[in-house]
Amino acid sequence: MRITVKVWRQDGPAAPGRFETHEVDGISDEMSFLEMLDVLNERLIEAGTEPICFDSDCREGICGTCGLMINGQAHGPQKSTATCQLHMRKFTDGETITIEPWRAAGFPIMKDLMVDRAPLDAIVEAGGFISADTGGAPDANLIPIPKPVADAAMDAAACIGCGACVAACPNGAANLFTSAKLMHLNLLPQGQAQRWQRAEAMVETMEEFFGSCTNHGECQEACPKEISIDFIALMNRDYVKAKVKNRKLAGQVFP
Amino acid sequence: MTATQSAPGALTPNIDVKPVQKRPRRRAPFPLDLYQTAVGKKWVMAVTGIGLMGFVFAHMIGNLKMYLGPEEFNHYAEFLRELLVPILPRTVALWLMRIGLIVFFALHMHAAYSLTIMNRKARPTTYQSRRDYIAANWASRSMRVTGIIVALFLLFHLADLTWGIGFINSAFERGEAYENVTYSLGRPLVAAIYIVANLALGVHLFHGSWSLFQSLGINNPKYNRLRKQFAAAFATIIVVGNVSFPIMILAGVVGK
Amino acid sequence: MSITLDANAPTGPIEDRWDNHKFSMKLVNPNNKRKFDVIVVGTGLAGAAASASLAQLGYNVKTFTFHDSPRRAHSIAAQGGINAAKNYKNDGDSIYRLFYDTVKGGDFRARESNVYRLAQVSVNIIDQCVAQGVPFAREYGGLLDNRSFGGAQVSRTFYARGQTGQQLLLGAYQALMEQVYKGTVRLYTKTEMLDVVVKDGRACGIVTRDLGTGEITSHSAHAVVLCTGGYSNAFYLSTNAMNCNVTAAWRAHRKGAAFANPCYTQIHPTCIPASDEFQSKLTLMSESLRNDGRIWVPTAFDDDRPAGQIPESERDYYLERKYPAFGNLVPRDVASRNAKTVVDEGRGIGPLKNGVYLDFSDAINRLGEATVRERYGNLFDMYERITGENPYQVPMRIYPATHYTMGGLWVDYNLMTTIPGLYAAGEANFSDHGANRLGASALMQGLADGYFVVPYTIGDYLAGQLGDPVVPTSDPVFQQAEQAQRDDVSRWLSIGGTKSVDHYHRELGKIVWDNIGMARDRVGLEKAISEIPALRDEFRKNVRVLGSADTVNQSLEKVGRVDDFFELAELMARDALHREESCGGHFRVEHQTEEGEAQRDDEHFAYVAAWEWQGEGTPQVLHKEPLEFEYVHLTQRSYK
Ligand SMILES: Cc1cc2nc3c(=O)[nH]c(=O)nc-3n(C[C@H](O)[C@H](O)[C@H](O)COP(=O)(O)OP(=O)(O)OC[C@H]3O[C@@H](n4cnc5c(N)ncnc54)[C@H](O)[C@@H]3O)c2cc1C
Ligand code: HEM
Ligand code: HEM
Ligand code: SF4
Ligand code: F3S
Ligand code: FES
Repeated sequence: MRITVKVWRQDGPAAPGRFETHEVDGISDEMSFLEMLDVLNERLIEAGTEPICFDSDCREGICGTCGLMINGQAHGPQKSTATCQLHMRKFTDGETITIEPWRAAGFPIMKDLMVDRAPLDAIVEAGGFISADTGGAPDANLIPIPKPVADAAMDAAACIGCGACVAACPNGAANLFTSAKLMHLNLLPQGQAQRWQRAEAMVETMEEFFGSCTNHGECQEACPKEISIDFIALMNRDYVKAKVKNRKLAGQVFP
Repeated sequence: MTATQSAPGALTPNIDVKPVQKRPRRRAPFPLDLYQTAVGKKWVMAVTGIGLMGFVFAHMIGNLKMYLGPEEFNHYAEFLRELLVPILPRTVALWLMRIGLIVFFALHMHAAYSLTIMNRKARPTTYQSRRDYIAANWASRSMRVTGIIVALFLLFHLADLTWGIGFINSAFERGEAYENVTYSLGRPLVAAIYIVANLALGVHLFHGSWSLFQSLGINNPKYNRLRKQFAAAFATIIVVGNVSFPIMILAGVVGK
Repeated sequence: MSITLDANAPTGPIEDRWDNHKFSMKLVNPNNKRKFDVIVVGTGLAGAAASASLAQLGYNVKTFTFHDSPRRAHSIAAQGGINAAKNYKNDGDSIYRLFYDTVKGGDFRARESNVYRLAQVSVNIIDQCVAQGVPFAREYGGLLDNRSFGGAQVSRTFYARGQTGQQLLLGAYQALMEQVYKGTVRLYTKTEMLDVVVKDGRACGIVTRDLGTGEITSHSAHAVVLCTGGYSNAFYLSTNAMNCNVTAAWRAHRKGAAFANPCYTQIHPTCIPASDEFQSKLTLMSESLRNDGRIWVPTAFDDDRPAGQIPESERDYYLERKYPAFGNLVPRDVASRNAKTVVDEGRGIGPLKNGVYLDFSDAINRLGEATVRERYGNLFDMYERITGENPYQVPMRIYPATHYTMGGLWVDYNLMTTIPGLYAAGEANFSDHGANRLGASALMQGLADGYFVVPYTIGDYLAGQLGDPVVPTSDPVFQQAEQAQRDDVSRWLSIGGTKSVDHYHRELGKIVWDNIGMARDRVGLEKAISEIPALRDEFRKNVRVLGSADTVNQSLEKVGRVDDFFELAELMARDALHREESCGGHFRVEHQTEEGEAQRDDEHFAYVAAWEWQGEGTPQVLHKEPLEFEYVHLTQRSYK
């Protein structure tokens, strides 16, 4: 098949960007979307122009490295599918495909379609962990965890940290990512000790980089792992509770 | 160090992306600190939103008395002023309600404003190509617009029927609520304004009265479907009720 | 300088070796720990676990990864599960059995002491992970669930949906980020290590390149731990992530670290066949599929009928036919080789005739579609996403692909390479898997090394360094090393050839796959040994790297990695050629039993082949570490 790609090029974080249009023919619909870009890049190199810079690693939809705005949708048209798992059979011959990097102040563009998602790490760093130093862990079966709880935690834990939720959100909010990371731990018995500090720390770090959630629900549609916005509700609840609880706790610590 | 103290300084030196929004220098005492963060503000919006919904609903019910004729309606208007008399002097209860309303509106609008600023900051350069939204409907995306329309309407509305400012409602008679309404909404232009404004309100509520559940963390997969149904129903009721007044008055069913 | 391979492996009763060894090792007292700087390269299971644990102990840790976040390390892709001798299922599992299975599964080419230690700590790994909040699959009672995996006779595999590696890595990553938060770990993402710096025979730091700004700098420390993963991408097409590479390990090799058993590579039997020549990587379908799927090809050659129209009588369930006892659950190498055989015979299926069927129709009839969906739903979805075929209706098409590399940097019992102060953990070392790795054992080894081995053994080395300051990065050794890297960068950029880096990588991959792949023979290996250097020379003359050195430049990142793959591939071929036997992942056509089974030669080859770098152009020198087997007695593997 033959397609036209309208792709965003930007030499560096500061540089002004522009759209560039390329005809790509001889594309088989067995190809993955990124393989189509590989082919285009090979041809660009042949022609002596710099290849388009885009991020990807596992190409199995699990590492969360890839991520493009394709025809106005984060990760493209196919539901619950990361960019790297998108295949050309989803597009029609002769179609024009517009590709943009993810846009958010928290995701500065490094080059062309590549952005820096470090703030997502910052959110985890702020409290997205259970303090359990290597060694002293009790037997794994000591605390039984009801299957529904374990499953819910797993649903949240499935987040691959791709940032599509931020990219898709009209407000550039990272609430879906943060709530997934937060609730994964807050739902588990092991996570209770730090539950309230975690809620406060993660939410407030999130708000240093991203917008606020007005419940558009767009993130859930873009999420390759179908993380549900129910987790956002749970996070909102935990956050407000945390405000109360932490105050109480502090009260107990310094009477 | 516990995670609670996480300050910007706690970011790894090589998370070279600088914070986009600044944290409050000092953390206000609880519960005021809630209003310092977006999630907290959303919570305030939801609560004030509910209050406003309550008012709009009660207000509409009250206005339905219009259909029972002048006496009933004016009596109701009067009743509002006589509320809780003799416990409280005349109109005091009403004033308390008014103050409550004003506070709610103010909070609701200020939160809306500051969150809007925050979201602008979060995406300074917007997408250069057309977005293709799947879930976000135009109700959710037009909250600010519909909200502002409602706010402007409100000023107009008060000038029209409460303060009775001359050039908006020349025939205004204090205490003669029924006459005021029927006269005012009898004018096609004014009627149009009321209709548009209330449609806007309906749209605002269509998203708002679902959204508030999420904001408050009221979420239970079993009942989540009901939340959207409730929102749709509530918005419809308000719109149908409120829009019926100008129409009926124009149609001459009420008044004359 | 010539190296001596001292395994440092303790003796005595195998159950006590690790404990005795820990007791005999020197300790660094708690408030001295902060006087030591340790560099960890890599944030996969091994790297993240090691960084976190070392920091918890009190060392100053600097952690490096070329990924934009530690969580993206390739470990994230592991699907199937992780083994541990918990015996929760009460099916007769035990530390000793896991040890035994691993040695036997590795075809008797691993060090007994290491393997036993691995089995021992496997138990603590699960405890540790659960404490961190890893959401392993559970039963309704709320206790942990297990499954049997990759032909194991017991259910000892813990899993988290199809995302075990991801969940384990997130656990380690979160532990790491906590230490970052506490300031005990300094994290460098998007930073690629380009060289190890050695002074007075000791590792004293590394040279790195910032992939964002292109800046080349050095970092010094008292010890360096490489947790940089495997080298499957030497095949170009593999199940490994696009960016997996051998650079870190290889540059260490060039600085004097012996490289062990490079020819031990593992082919995974259940991957999705390539669809065209632009294929960028191959996707693995979890091995668990073989529990219910039946593998077959048409009996007729070049049979073009769609699967549905081929009657039972004309289907060859070759694994079930040849291995009645294990059937479709034979070990990976056996399953893979048999697939190759039938495809080479011309009985391959699919548009390119490059696959075999993995058929679930029986399972669906037996268990019902619902059960099958519940067990494999996400895998089926993934398959459909990639191929556009619905595996509930038509059989899956699968073919083997390179998946794991047992070879790696040679390390002693303490996981120290032949360069004092330089450690290797995880897939990067030649590890505990011998010539073949059992399913669900790599995650186990990565975490064992990272959480429970390196943090202890490194103290034994550091204790001797107490009071010594780190070598300042202003030291000439660092300056020269940096300059060398800068020169490389400008060299690549100035070649101005005609062909892309990927082009050469693809060409190299073909050579490696055809000659050093599933089945190897003298002719092919010699062919490879002559073709690879030729192609490399062309590559070095004619590769085209556009763009500049001071921004993100993916071609520039790749070119150095591919260059290392060339040198590695040549060594793989040499190693494969010298090993005149078949064992595990290394199958020499010349050495097979009449049933076509791998034929070991324990008399001459029961050793670890560790190769020492001799400088550009001169072939590496072979060193041998003999392997004794006191507990598991040498037997020919048989899965009849
Ligand atoms: C598709 C797939 C499925 C698998 N499934 C299973 C399974 O079910 N069970 C199982 O036990 N095993 C499985 N494995 C194997 C297992 O995942 C790996 O062997 C293991 O995760 C390796 O972990 P690691 O920490 O050693 O290396 P990796 O996880 O590969 O980490 C390498 C790290 O080193 C960094 N790095 C590398 N080079 C440099 C450099 N030059 N500079 C800076 N940083 C560098 C990388 O950024 C990365 O952080 C699977 C493998 C694959 C490919
Ligand atoms: C006066 C001007 C108003 C403005 C500028 C305004 C603006 C907004 C905005 C921006 C939101 C956020 C959207 C969201 O969170 O989903 C919102 C939410 C809401 N508004 Fe308004 N609004 C106004 C008036 C009203 C009125 C009169 C009512 C009720 C009759 C109302 C009810 C709500 C409700 C219930 C919500 C949902 C709260 C939440 O989700 O937390 N608003 N409003
Ligand atoms: C068609 C619909 C409406 C009609 C017919 C209507 C009618 C009236 C009337 C007659 C009064 C005067 C009551 C009195 O002075 O005794 C009044 C007051 C008021 N209305 Fe409305 N109204 C309508 C819609 C709304 C809406 C949508 C809002 C809010 C968003 C609103 C907010 C108010 C307020 C705040 C007052 C002042 C109450 C007070 O005296 O404190 N009205 N309205
Ligand atoms: S929540 Fe979904 S979209 Fe957001 S980062 Fe995680 S996986 Fe990506
Ligand atoms: S799209 Fe944005 S507004 Fe909230 S629900 Fe998702 S984060
Ligand atoms: S490249 Fe890993 S998720 Fe797409």
